[in-house]
Amino acid sequence: MKKLFAYPYVVWISIFIVVPLLLVLYYSLTAVDADGAAYFTLDNYRRFFEASTPGQPFLERIYVSVMLRSIWLALISTAICFVLGYPAAYIMAGKGFSDKSFLLFLFLVPMWMNFLLRTYAWLTILEQNGVLNNLLGFLGIPKLDILYTDAAVVLGMVYNFLPFMILPIYTSLRKTDRSLIEAAQDLGADGIKVFSRVVFPLSIPGVVSGVTMVFMPGVTTFIISNLLGGGQYILIGNLIEQQFLKVGDWRFGSAISVILIILILISMGIFARVDKEPVTTA
Amino acid sequence: MLKKIYLGLMLFFMYAPIIVLMIFSFNASKSRARWGGFTLDWYAELFQDPGIMKALSNTLLIAVFSALAATVIGTLAAIGIELLGSRLKSAVMSVTNLPVMNPDIVTGVSLMILFIFFIRLAGGGGLGFGTLLLSHIIFNVPYVILSVIPKLRRLDGNLYEAAQDLGAPPMKAFLKVVLPEIMPGVVTGMMLAFTLSVDDFVISFFTTGSGVSNLSILIFSMARRGVNPKINALSTLIFLVVLVLLYLINRRDTRNQKKQNAGESILEI
Repeated sequence: MKKLFAYPYVVWISIFIVVPLLLVLYYSLTAVDADGAAYFTLDNYRRFFEASTPGQPFLERIYVSVMLRSIWLALISTAICFVLGYPAAYIMAGKGFSDKSFLLFLFLVPMWMNFLLRTYAWLTILEQNGVLNNLLGFLGIPKLDILYTDAAVVLGMVYNFLPFMILPIYTSLRKTDRSLIEAAQDLGADGIKVFSRVVFPLSIPGVVSGVTMVFMPGVTTFIISNLLGGGQYILIGNLIEQQFLKVGDWRFGSAISVILIILILISMGIFARVDKEPVTTA
Repeated sequence: MLKKIYLGLMLFFMYAPIIVLMIFSFNASKSRARWGGFTLDWYAELFQDPGIMKALSNTLLIAVFSALAATVIGTLAAIGIELLGSRLKSAVMSVTNLPVMNPDIVTGVSLMILFIFFIRLAGGGGLGFGTLLLSHIIFNVPYVILSVIPKLRRLDGNLYEAAQDLGAPPMKAFLKVVLPEIMPGVVTGMMLAFTLSVDDFVISFFTTGSGVSNLSILIFSMARRGVNPKINALSTLIFLVVLVLLYLINRRDTRNQKKQNAGESILEI
């Protein structure tokens, strides 16, 4: 009797979570013949990795290069977020700031604003005659024309996802046992050694979740690339959107979606491994 | 000192775009390049734009109804899941976590396929307000469950049985004993659901149709046509609403904490 209580929910998730994903898988693995009958095929996946001209190198093939560019831009953004975010989290977690929660709050407030508006704000700044170029012109520095380029997409990702990096690193730094740091100092370690041997290794779980929380939305985004990367700018997310909403090729779109899920699962596996690796103390 | 400068620069980076939007929402000249004097015209135009007002009401209606529905479904589901045996429980939880882990774009297209599949089966209707609302309920339910389950774990199961032993029918025992205990989790889940619904773009983009927009979709289509002062005015208003809401929530939390502290100190006496 008690178990029956969960059954409506089991039906709910079957219809609204399991079946939709199975439908994506089904569409990715089928095609229709001339009579309109569906048959099993791997063609949709083959198309993703296909050469457009004979003998084209694998990495230069059109869809493969889209995937690589998505991974590459997400990696660059993640690296920049780490380089900018770690010191910020470290400073906030350290001594000298009494109102830590208020500082953290200040970093999180912009996250509550609509994601699209935050991205759109950069249009005004980066435009040819935008705020940034007016400022640069005023200072006598040559104009920057980065809107609708890779640089603008990376900037958009860094801006939108930076708090995702700061928050988990800050949390794990705050949890660090201060007596460990003091013990290292008592044993004669200097500031750099305390950081590299004690503080940083202990903050790795925070770094790993920060990296995950920046890389995942970065690699799947299509909004940032659509607004800041201009019309024909393509990441893997844009490719899926186009197949479903513009081209109407659900089968190819589904195949790309499955490839994206596999990509995410692989990167999660890699991140989880880094997290579990024992901290080497030589 | 260096530390303060660094944090200051980072905060400048976070807030500069928002401040720029706010300043230009009062700019009389439509061009962003020069300042044409102070005006409130964009705000007036914003409130007279039927498309924006319709999108705003859609956003709020969907956020309220999807949060309420997801809270009811999610709370009942959380209780059901907690009553399951451990193997089934972990299976159901893994499926529940799928939409949380999956990229939004995959959730979006998978729901779009499902809805169109059903629409073809039913032989009528189309994507629109109904599918938009349903998709928000679907992606909100897991977040409610994840907020309620920790509270259920801390609940003393004997309390419910004690209430029944004292003659309370199951429904009354639930409402008077279980629900008050898990209420903080239920409220957190509902607020989370509301926020996620207001903020969602990707899933909405794929599951709506026939001209039904929420604010995110409308902003997207306006932003693609370039910078528009009306969006600046809208951003300013949204940012102010967010600030006020965050302030109110924070104040409520600190007051609750003070109350708790006061209660504890009384107990200690």
